[in-house]
Amino acid sequence: MSDPILKVRDVTREYVIGGGLFSKPRVLQAVKGVSFDVERGSTLAVVGESGCGKSTLARILSMIDPQTAGTVEIDGLKIDISKTGISKEMRRKVQIVFQNPYGSLNPRQKIGHVLEEPLLLNTDMSADERRDAALAMLEKVGLKPEHYGRYPHMFSGGQRQRVAIARAIMLKPKLLVLDEPVSALDLSVQAQILNLLKDLQDEMGLTYVFISHDLSVVRYLADKVMVMYYGEVVEYGTREAVFDNPQHAYTKTLFAATPDAGVEAIRKRVAAKKAATAA
Amino acid sequence: MALLEIRNLRVEFDTAKGPFRALDGVDYTVDAGEVLAIVGESGSGKSVAMLATMGLLPDTATITADKMEFEGLDLRTLTPKQRRKVIGKDISMIFQEPIASLNPCFTAGYQLEEALKVHTNLSGRQRRERVLELMRSVGIPEPERRMNSFPHQMSGGQCQRVMIAMAIACAPKLLIADEPTTALDVTIQKQILDLLMQLQRDSGMALIMITHDMGVVAETADRVIVQYQGKKMEEADVLSLFEAPKHPYTRALLAALPENATGDRLPTVSDFAKSFAAEEARA
Amino acid sequence: MSTSPKADSSALVEKLERESRNATRAMLAEFWYYFSQNRGAVIGLAVFLVLVVTAVFAPLIAPHAPDMQYRDSFLVPPVWQEGGKWDFLLGTDPVGRDMLSRLIYGAQYSLFIGCVVVFVALTGGVIIGLIAGYMRGAVDTFIMRIMDIILAFPSLLLALVVVALLGPGLMNAMFAIAIVLQPHFVRLTRAAVLAERSRDYVVAARVAGAGHFRLMFKTILPNCLAPLIVQATLSFSNAILDAAALGFLGVGAQPPTPEWGTMLAEAREFILRAWWVVTFPGLAILITVLAINLVGDGLRDALDPKLKRS
Repeated sequence: MSDPILKVRDVTREYVIGGGLFSKPRVLQAVKGVSFDVERGSTLAVVGESGCGKSTLARILSMIDPQTAGTVEIDGLKIDISKTGISKEMRRKVQIVFQNPYGSLNPRQKIGHVLEEPLLLNTDMSADERRDAALAMLEKVGLKPEHYGRYPHMFSGGQRQRVAIARAIMLKPKLLVLDEPVSALDLSVQAQILNLLKDLQDEMGLTYVFISHDLSVVRYLADKVMVMYYGEVVEYGTREAVFDNPQHAYTKTLFAATPDAGVEAIRKRVAAKKAATAA
Repeated sequence: MALLEIRNLRVEFDTAKGPFRALDGVDYTVDAGEVLAIVGESGSGKSVAMLATMGLLPDTATITADKMEFEGLDLRTLTPKQRRKVIGKDISMIFQEPIASLNPCFTAGYQLEEALKVHTNLSGRQRRERVLELMRSVGIPEPERRMNSFPHQMSGGQCQRVMIAMAIACAPKLLIADEPTTALDVTIQKQILDLLMQLQRDSGMALIMITHDMGVVAETADRVIVQYQGKKMEEADVLSLFEAPKHPYTRALLAALPENATGDRLPTVSDFAKSFAAEEARA
Repeated sequence: MSTSPKADSSALVEKLERESRNATRAMLAEFWYYFSQNRGAVIGLAVFLVLVVTAVFAPLIAPHAPDMQYRDSFLVPPVWQEGGKWDFLLGTDPVGRDMLSRLIYGAQYSLFIGCVVVFVALTGGVIIGLIAGYMRGAVDTFIMRIMDIILAFPSLLLALVVVALLGPGLMNAMFAIAIVLQPHFVRLTRAAVLAERSRDYVVAARVAGAGHFRLMFKTILPNCLAPLIVQATLSFSNAILDAAALGFLGVGAQPPTPEWGTMLAEAREFILRAWWVVTFPGLAILITVLAINLVGDGLRDALDPKLKRS
């Protein structure tokens, strides 16, 4: 049964650049008429290179920037912040986790206050209730209560990303936009964060829009995959369909460029090199 | 004889919380014409080792080694002047952030020429010829035009190509690449890696790849050193490392690759901590 | 589970607060480590503290009242020179007042001037700079052009004009200096805000629902403080210097106030006959300004994240 929580139709985002004294303003289309649906509780991965518009899309979905045209509907709520502004109700639907855990936490704000800020701004909870909620959340994402009073710089990258995820789900959103949440992390930490994301999804019934350039992560996590290229969707389908049978030339190039850490591939490469040096 | 030989390298930094040991007694040997990959996560000391070799660490670092030789030349006792003769000519290095590694005030061609001016005695015209030749050899389209481009007018991939051209300008015997493709897109990464491998094959220089990406290791290395928290965990040729990793940490790293995922959860390094501790106890 | 849930939670609260205090203390310890690496800054800080103590306890320390005239001792030289008296360690001025006592009381004025001027300039500058940097666009342009105009005047000249409009006196002089120093704070704040406002944590606070005021003052401002603190220290010494200059020109503190600059002005005509009447106030200004500047340098070392390895 289909139950889309996120409906995106023909969303376009234009930036006007230049327009100085001597140059005519140019219009740059970062996202060109993108449409897709995301099922409740599933994960959509958006794949593409830098500048393909995937981060712009993430900012539109998480209501940081307005779309220029098109409609976004999250859980039955129309989102068009340039016209209607943002209500508290809208905020509770969608939150975002950024790529760089070193930049996304306020260096002068203790972790407890980072987690309480969304509650303070959007709910009428008392200070004690907020603290209890923050402590419970710390535990949920695998941190300890004594981390509550510490500053971000006392944490490792992986721990910071846990805090960023915790902040994003404090308001119990329906939809979580993850903008490259693991690409700044070490491999072993990346695995922990991916596990955490899976656990949280099962537990809270979250829907993810997972922005990434790393195909191996996408393959591990996604239900559906959308490949973007210069602001357009060039491939959109289930994970199996996209990975097993890519249609667009760009998707094929992308797959071919991804390093293969399989033993067979290495054996082949080593053999080829040996042959070349012998000859 | 090995091209670069380092024995028992230790590096310590002074910090507010007392001395911090970034590297703890690690050996490195690189033979001519070999591709060595140093893999590790942040904090493993993989970059520190090579920066120490190049003499590029800040004053707060204390470097000690039993042996540190490049072609029989003791790197520990070099004066800054002697060091400059070796560094940049026989050993050169490329970095992670290609756009930040180039001086934004000068054109790509000018910066390439600078490198030649210091280490060769070519005439101005010859230098320009050589710059064009170099740019062509690293696959920069329209080198005549690109010569006069500033770094901000080029893409990350092109900047990294310029960096590579600069690094190979004096035909080094050893090229150190510190995470050369981390800041680049996958398709560009592929091109840059291919370029590096081709240059390495053609010139026969030795190449040290510092990286955290097992995929990059698999695509490039002959031999691999795995580091963790300033110590060497394992050293092996690439095939046996991927086929039969000996150290639990290496096994953990390989298992944490999402493409190797079996079942619903990824194994993490902490899952391997137990077997790791057991192994330590036995040793 | 013998303890009641209430006792449990209060124990937890206490533990959290202890952790929180520890974190704050660790921050301060790190700050002190980097600050104390700079020898000059520590010396500067020591001198400055001595100055503060002197100013606070001036009535106890000073051997004489600052405006007490000893009719039998005009222009007595310092004690180590021929004709010096043990009563007047640093000699007396042309109307028989003890130099040392006047200098000690003068420290009060200097610190007062520094504090007031920096407070006024900082508050005004930070608010205007925050608005300019946060709003961008026309507001930004408007504010910055006004600041450019203020900066285009030689600072002392502008201060003189303001004092000329308001009338001479210490209060007006301080106000004038604050106006002159303000644009520096505006520019600095604006630059810092511009750098911070596009950072991810600001966007994250916005997504969490923070309004403009909260973003400006609670999210962005604390992260812009480092350069502002440094600038504030340097402005502190600037204010003392400018106040002394205005006092010297006769439009600042009015005689018989023992303000260092005013003291210099009063004694100007005796400069050839009695070197001590100008040298000691001059030295006092020099040492104070130097000490504060050294502290400022140390603060820059300790607070500038670029110089620190994270």
